[in-house]
Amino acid sequence: MIGEDDVRHVARLARLHLEQDEVGRMTGELARILAHIDKMSELDISAVPPTAHVLDVVGVTRSDRVEPGLSREEALRNAPAVVDDCFRVPKMG
Amino acid sequence: MTGGDAAVRGADRIVRGMRGDWEAVIGLEVHVELDTATKMFCSCAVTKGDPPNTHTCPVCLAHPGALPVVNQRAVEYATRIALALDCTVPPRNVFHRKNYFYPDLPKAYQISQYDEPLAVDGCFDYWSGDEKLRCRIDRVHMEEDAAKLIHAGGETGRITGSEYSLVDFNRGGTPLVEIVTEPDIPSPAAARDFLQQLRELVIELGVSECNMEEGQVRWDANISVRPAGSSTLGTRTELKNMNSFRFLQQALESELPRQVGILEAGGTVEQETLHFDPETGTTTPLRSKEEAHDYRYFPEPDLVPLAMDPAWVEEVRASLPELPLARVARFAEQYGLSRADARVIAGPGALARFYEAVVAQGVDPKLAANWTMGEYLAHLNAAGLEPGHGHVTPERLAALVRLVADGVVSTSAAKDVFTKMIEERAEPAAIVAKHGLGRISDSAALGPVVAEVVAANPSQVEQYRGGKRQVLGFFVGQVMKATGGRADPAVVNELLQKALDG
Repeated sequence: MIGEDDVRHVARLARLHLEQDEVGRMTGELARILAHIDKMSELDISAVPPTAHVLDVVGVTRSDRVEPGLSREEALRNAPAVVDDCFRVPKMG
Repeated sequence: MTGGDAAVRGADRIVRGMRGDWEAVIGLEVHVELDTATKMFCSCAVTKGDPPNTHTCPVCLAHPGALPVVNQRAVEYATRIALALDCTVPPRNVFHRKNYFYPDLPKAYQISQYDEPLAVDGCFDYWSGDEKLRCRIDRVHMEEDAAKLIHAGGETGRITGSEYSLVDFNRGGTPLVEIVTEPDIPSPAAARDFLQQLRELVIELGVSECNMEEGQVRWDANISVRPAGSSTLGTRTELKNMNSFRFLQQALESELPRQVGILEAGGTVEQETLHFDPETGTTTPLRSKEEAHDYRYFPEPDLVPLAMDPAWVEEVRASLPELPLARVARFAEQYGLSRADARVIAGPGALARFYEAVVAQGVDPKLAANWTMGEYLAHLNAAGLEPGHGHVTPERLAALVRLVADGVVSTSAAKDVFTKMIEERAEPAAIVAKHGLGRISDSAALGPVVAEVVAANPSQVEQYRGGKRQVLGFFVGQVMKATGGRADPAVVNELLQKALDG
């Protein structure tokens, strides 16, 4: 059974800030989703291979040939801040 | 509760504690950057040293809607590694998302593999000291490298004191292979041997140069201890993201007695990630438990499973070169080398090819091995050259070996010739002629030298004549010194005995 601590943990992993009333609401909603999953677990699927993808196809690959990408100007256009031709981000570590 | 009392004894398997003997259990996760032309999931060039953010596209910058496509060459290279490690390659593998937030990972997930990796259940045999050890390989999988973070703002660019970080996405998306071992490695020295020989293997496969300085090979080590002879597994700690063989060994050697100390004091080892500080030689916890990663793997919906055609896998297997371990055995057998010598010469592919080119000139393989391992290897190390580069060609080294074998030059004079081969970039025979380094066998030339040496050392002459025959060796040495090592020892012996027995 999912509890408020689980919800806070998952929210933290996803970098979501939840107010106390939201934690309560999410706990209820997630519990209902998990109950639905549990319901499906009642099915006997021992003969069904795990599904990795909804499409029953296998992957294609590309050859190892360089194609033009973005210019540096284009690449950096969406950066909130640029220093020394790099994306500037808050200090790490 | 420090482990200061428990001492690690070198390559010895046993860690002696206060209350008994312990043994190490070590496992490794090794990351290798592949030398493909393009990235794992997009067609941007993989480069080194280019200006930042000049090799990016919507895929490796994670622009919304951009879709990854797998690089066939990366699959081939990863398969080569997997097969060389004797792994099974299942008919399909699946990519997963490994979720975490960090600025070097623009999608906020790394595309990796999880429960259906490229390859499983292999093994790698390696030498540690005189022992051949086997390490089981749990899995080999494909993933993508993160971008490069530059910690700026501080004076020195170090992470502490910096005001912000900079991201260069050129490296982001570079194909990586991760090799995960079972915890089969019995000592810190063996862990180092394993990695060095695994690196030689990967270089031999032609899939990565494994440049250590550029971080093309990096690894995490996990380590635990257990009572010697026990088969249980203790709680392990992890050493993250290392790329120096020496520091790895040091870190493991400092971690072993720490764990033994905790356990012998009745404590429990915390499962945690440690950072090794080469300055102090100690390990410290890297991040606290609350921040322990929870990656929430799930199948990458943007990529369907990858089918591995068994016929193609067999083609890849057939294309594998002779692997270092097999070559060591062959060299020992074919050239009559000791196993230790064969390991030095046959381990690294470039040196092995150089040696075989020398032997192909028809010279004595053992003598050729001595010169390859001795003067030639010392020269490479001193000059920072890779085998096969520089002015000493296989043909020239073979010519020198032949001069020694034929008695044209003495071994010590040949060392002079070798030095001059590099300085003067010339053929050994030409150097011998030019500098007069040939062996002196002529009694007429050696007679006066012998006479001089005998005359200059009257007390030794007395000892010799008094019955101390081993003094002869001293006189031979003196004559050799006087002739720059060029005198023929057989002729010198004969002349000396004649002069001394007189």
